[in-house]
Amino acid sequence: MRRRYLALKIDAKEKFESKEFLDALWSAILRLYGEYGASKISLTLVDYDEEKGLAVIRVAHTELEKVRAAIATITEINAKPSAVHVLKVSGTLKALYRKVRTSH
Amino acid sequence: MRRVFADLNLQPNIGDMEQARRMIAKASELGYHLLAIPVPPSPNLTEKYVQQLRGICQENAIEFASRLNLKIKTPKELLQHLRKFRRKFEIIAVICESKAVARQAAKDHRVDLLNFSIDPHRRFFDKAEAELASNSQASLEIEIKPLLTFKGPARIRLLSILRKEATIAKKFQVPIVISSGATSELLLRKPLEMAALSTLFDLDKSSALDAVSKNPLVIVKRNREKLSPRFVAPGIRLIRMGKDCS
Repeated sequence: MRRRYLALKIDAKEKFESKEFLDALWSAILRLYGEYGASKISLTLVDYDEEKGLAVIRVAHTELEKVRAAIATITEINAKPSAVHVLKVSGTLKALYRKVRTSH
Repeated sequence: MRRVFADLNLQPNIGDMEQARRMIAKASELGYHLLAIPVPPSPNLTEKYVQQLRGICQENAIEFASRLNLKIKTPKELLQHLRKFRRKFEIIAVICESKAVARQAAKDHRVDLLNFSIDPHRRFFDKAEAELASNSQASLEIEIKPLLTFKGPARIRLLSILRKEATIAKKFQVPIVISSGATSELLLRKPLEMAALSTLFDLDKSSALDAVSKNPLVIVKRNREKLSPRFVAPGIRLIRMGKDCS
């Protein structure tokens, strides 16, 4: 199965633990697509940097736009106002990290 | 060619220029090249606000377009306001709160954007409205903010209505403009995220991208040309005059 890796930036005043971020992400996906739709996404948290508010997730490549939309609907994490933006998308983890490094 | 993105409806608190500054900086960081912010039609304040906002946009390397939101009760009032303000703003949006106003706005060439209330009973974008809009140059504006702030049944209802409206707009070739309607930085989304959200009401990817790039830019370009002192009529521009002609 082909996959896509997404680098995400959490935009908020607070810092969040990986579990809090993942709960917000799953909750956004479940609200939009239900359990059936969520099961097709094959979401995995690959990397998380609490200090920088950066996360890397892996999803099924056919579901990329669905995930992008679900991420955009996140307005709070752990009841605190937040937004999550997609920084970069890539087919391999190595290329993703290279793209993120060159964009900063 | 690389797409250029626009958000025609940023809604900072216009009395708080610091908030406006933060939102404009954020929009620039997220990849927008052009922003429109509604300005109140006050004889003393309009020019002052436009100058301030244009200055802030310039600092952030982003283009600014002035926008007027007309929230009018009767078609007659709408005509009066269009006559009075059309040449003062680059974008005119009509917030259609009654069917009569919606119909008048859809058939008037001076209206750029048709915006409807989030109340499902006051959305008047049906086939008749779309047919009128397709003959004039009005576009259907869809704000993303309610999609982010609504939860549960309210969002389900909204998505269903937007899906119907998008289908009608496509059938009658009415351009769709997706704008944020954001009132704070945290409600701003990247252009690609806005396009992804538009796929929730069944816009295909290319139409969704046009709705945040080509369609809003066409409106601004057309109106800037019309507001230029060299504009005579569509397709006719003053090239030289007076001594230049010899």
